[in-house]
Amino acid sequence: MKILTFAEQRENKFKKPAFEAVRTARALADEAGGEVVALVVGSSVQSIAPALGGYGAQKVLVAEDPRLEFYSPTAYAKLIAEVARSLQATLVMIPATAMGKDLAPRVAVKLDAGLAVDCTAVRIEGGTLMATRPVYAGKALNDVKMNSEVKVLSLRPNVFSSGASDGTAAPTEKVPLALEEQDFASRVLGIKQSSGKLDVAEADIIVTGGRGLKGPENFAMIEQLAEALGGAVGASRAVVDAGWRPHDEQVGQTGKTVSPSLYIAVAVSGAIQHLAGMSSSKYIVAVNKDKEAPIFQVATYGIVGDAFEVVPALTTEVKKLLGKS
Amino acid sequence: MKLAACINHVPDTATKVNVGSDGKTIDRTAVTYVISPYDEFAIEECLRLKEQHGGEVTVISLGSDVHKESLRKALAMGVDKAVLLKDDSVRDSFAVARGLADYLKELSPDVIIFGKQSVDYDDSAVGLMVAEMLGLPSVSVVVKLEIADGKVRAEREIEGGCEIAETKLPAVFTAQKGLNEPRYPSLKGIMTAKNKPIEERPASAVEAKVETLAMRKPPAKPAGKIVGTDVSAVPELVRLLHEEAKVI
Repeated sequence: MKILTFAEQRENKFKKPAFEAVRTARALADEAGGEVVALVVGSSVQSIAPALGGYGAQKVLVAEDPRLEFYSPTAYAKLIAEVARSLQATLVMIPATAMGKDLAPRVAVKLDAGLAVDCTAVRIEGGTLMATRPVYAGKALNDVKMNSEVKVLSLRPNVFSSGASDGTAAPTEKVPLALEEQDFASRVLGIKQSSGKLDVAEADIIVTGGRGLKGPENFAMIEQLAEALGGAVGASRAVVDAGWRPHDEQVGQTGKTVSPSLYIAVAVSGAIQHLAGMSSSKYIVAVNKDKEAPIFQVATYGIVGDAFEVVPALTTEVKKLLGKS
Repeated sequence: MKLAACINHVPDTATKVNVGSDGKTIDRTAVTYVISPYDEFAIEECLRLKEQHGGEVTVISLGSDVHKESLRKALAMGVDKAVLLKDDSVRDSFAVARGLADYLKELSPDVIIFGKQSVDYDDSAVGLMVAEMLGLPSVSVVVKLEIADGKVRAEREIEGGCEIAETKLPAVFTAQKGLNEPRYPSLKGIMTAKNKPIEERPASAVEAKVETLAMRKPPAKPAGKIVGTDVSAVPELVRLLHEEAKVI
């Protein structure tokens, strides 16, 4: 089994899902017997490449060119496919980040490969690679197998463990590049950061506010609790549609699907579409006045009470615990 | 400008999903089917681009006869033509993409828009596979689209912000919520849609590459603990999160 893992980087720093993908590839290769090679693409990535050895990559291929500084679907997909072919990789693993979800379908078509997207489990059963992926916004799980010589898998971020790096520096090799202008037919010119706040898709702790908060001004206490916990602010569809919070905070079926370690739902009733977006969180806390609210069916811990009293008290208590003033 | 929106006909998002008797697909009993929500943004964007640039909007769906319901709704919103690529079998994303790409190659639109993902299988793959099969550039998860003189500037949502992307027509886009507000069909639109023809063609036969072995419900969550009913429960909640759950 020869596995090529695409290790996403932004601003010359690896994204955590890149480590998760390398580690998972390593586990599969150890079980089935095989090799793990990682690929890094960018403008100045030679120096970070060896770090992937600490997560199990035996070699890291580096595709470096100033034109690759920002993402280009056409150029990056071409590179991954070419490298996969020259390695004769049988499996290509990609983190299911925004970039990965954009890349995986193109890479799969280029390699005539079966594609399993946003997997939450992978395993080898009777010599065959199987994957499990959520469908219907996570209301069900599909166990799938790919009937193709080459397979492409993308892994849901924050589900697979990256483990700690053991410090090994992997040997690197430069990928000979033959990129032409037409390879950059679609390209990114730059990035507009959302006010520097932590995105729900990348947070390990999320505090979400719902319509029960009655107005946008009452989100201040949600922001304070999130800040005290070092987490991100999330929003239910109702408050986004009401214009109280931006769409990039929406958690749910038509927002983002998240699986943080801790999800605190404040004044959120727990509509089926919202649950679809967060029910795979490891621990869920619900604060709601209504004891019949569906959110309590998925909550690990709940307080049936007035959010306006409970949340500020929670922030104070958290700050006390964490030694913050 | 020749515009095409590709749509899917799927269970609505309020559906309580149960596994059907084949153990691999959803139980369709009492399920309401709709246009996949992200596809509505695709239809709307095509209609807006037509208003700006002139041209024609074709909406396409691949599937069984029931997909005509969604095609009718798109006609009621104002699209000019509707096409059903007929196939009753269950396809994977690759086979759907191939069927669509074979038709789109003939139609040769300047702009092809999909929803960013279909809310049944959540693959986020068909639109981009079609782009690759047609040799077209793409921008996915688009929240803003500006087209002028065949050149495109788009904003696409990523973690923590937006990428500013550029490309040229012909191109494929996948729509994210926030790109626009889909219009409600007018009464006139609904009435005239009833008489508009839906072109039917067989979808090209393609073998799927991904096989679903089983569909199952996620493991049931154990019952949670109500810690209290007011502010006095807060210290205990924090203690549990720290000592039991160990998440803070």
